[in-house]
Amino acid sequence: MEQTIVIEKGIFIVIIFAITMLMAMYATLAERKIAAWLQDRIGPNRAGKGGILQPLADGLKLFAKEEFFPNTPNKFLFIAGPAISMSTALMTSAVIPWGDKLHLFGRDIILQATDINVAMLFIFAVLSIGVYGIMIGGWASNNKFSLMSAMRAASQMISYEVAMGLAIIALVMMTGTLSLREMAAQQSGMNWNVFYQPVGFLIFLVCSFAETNRTPFDLAECEAELIGGYHTEYSSMKMGFYLFAEYASMFISSTILAVLYFGAYNYPGMQWAEENWGVNIANIIGIVVLFAKLCFFIFFYMWVRWTIPRFRYDQLMRLGWQMLIPLAIANIVVTGIVILLTQ
Amino acid sequence: MSIETISLSGRKKEVSNKKMSFWESLYLVAIVKGLLITIRHLFKRKVTIKYPDQTRELSPVYRGQHMLMRDEEGRERCTACGLCALSCPAEAITMKAEERKPEEKHLYREEKYASIYEINMLRCIFCGLCEEACPKQAIYLTKSRVMVKPSSDREDFIYGKEKLVMPLDMAIKNTQMKTAN
Repeated sequence: MEQTIVIEKGIFIVIIFAITMLMAMYATLAERKIAAWLQDRIGPNRAGKGGILQPLADGLKLFAKEEFFPNTPNKFLFIAGPAISMSTALMTSAVIPWGDKLHLFGRDIILQATDINVAMLFIFAVLSIGVYGIMIGGWASNNKFSLMSAMRAASQMISYEVAMGLAIIALVMMTGTLSLREMAAQQSGMNWNVFYQPVGFLIFLVCSFAETNRTPFDLAECEAELIGGYHTEYSSMKMGFYLFAEYASMFISSTILAVLYFGAYNYPGMQWAEENWGVNIANIIGIVVLFAKLCFFIFFYMWVRWTIPRFRYDQLMRLGWQMLIPLAIANIVVTGIVILLTQ
Repeated sequence: MSIETISLSGRKKEVSNKKMSFWESLYLVAIVKGLLITIRHLFKRKVTIKYPDQTRELSPVYRGQHMLMRDEEGRERCTACGLCALSCPAEAITMKAEERKPEEKHLYREEKYASIYEINMLRCIFCGLCEEACPKQAIYLTKSRVMVKPSSDREDFIYGKEKLVMPLDMAIKNTQMKTAN
């Protein structure tokens, strides 16, 4: 029994890893395609049919590039930067419930790598480590632009984490649990959290943009003033890792948004499907539904990126500290009052 | 009317520095408006022409590479009158005339022909005035998409008769088409 669970989880983790990588790969293509479409262009369409092989071509190009090291005192940290970014981007997927359960080979397989009861805290912890990847990379580059970008990224992430945490507190007060699996289960049917926590969702959404360093909060890569930000000194696959980590974390944060606020793998009629078509089919539909939701969020990230310009640094800080945090606190107060009154 | 109120385009807007309210400073409404604009573009027809696969239609007055025409019997029409050279605003055309010998009757239509006919493609502006000036309908600007080929040697851009005169097989084909009709 012990062995089978190790094998089962092992296989599951490998699959999740592969899917994350695949999604991140094709997110790069999707980004270019959507950017093109929103700007009345066609986008990459030369590699493969409709540009379907473009991510492979890009990856191949990055692999073939020269490995360049700046004259930095600490080569180890220079390599550690992208590695940390990448691993933190992938780590969060461990606690995400990708579906309820499958019934295969006479046993129930829970579609989650690990169901820890403090999943929410785990996600926050890992997200906070994510900033180290940028910080270390920017510092080890021995370049003032990289360092400035790293400082910006750090202060931005720290300030938005506060608002994000406060938004989540209201949600946790409502659900009464930190486990993502239970949160997902509570949202069965159309009982999605977004209907109860619209303000919290909005704050969380804005903060996710900031946490993943996406436009309008991509001040860290601000090419107009900081060359390429912390990317400046990187080349070859180390650069690729940074870019890839951004898309991987976008995928993961879309998943978190879908799980926390948009009912995870739940869809209306899931109970009925389970009774009539069996557990497996109902849950496979659930997984597809979850992926549809998170693909929408990935699209939304890109849609926003090609709609609004980057915030100025002072606007960013004002939005974080003076708007979102008071709003999040007000949200907590209102949620608390409503919970008190309804009990 | 004072200078502040004049608006020639009718779209003059006063710049205002008024303080934004709390809701405005969250930028939510503005962002949603922007998102609606961009999503409309997502479904618009794209204007791009995928160039090597598709080519744009030529304008009816398109003027490409020059050609010295032959008549139905395959003889060169040009009589080296020099009107094209005279009309050329870029002074790109030069020629040397020669008298036709009796045994060359099948080669040249007129009694005088151009033994050398050169167009300097670096000077030519493809205005088509040579075509208009020609009394013998000898020089035409074709619809050819192939323009002057690149080269690192200036001499290569002076096109002589070997490049300008209509190829014989083309003349034969034209005549065949005409007789078939």
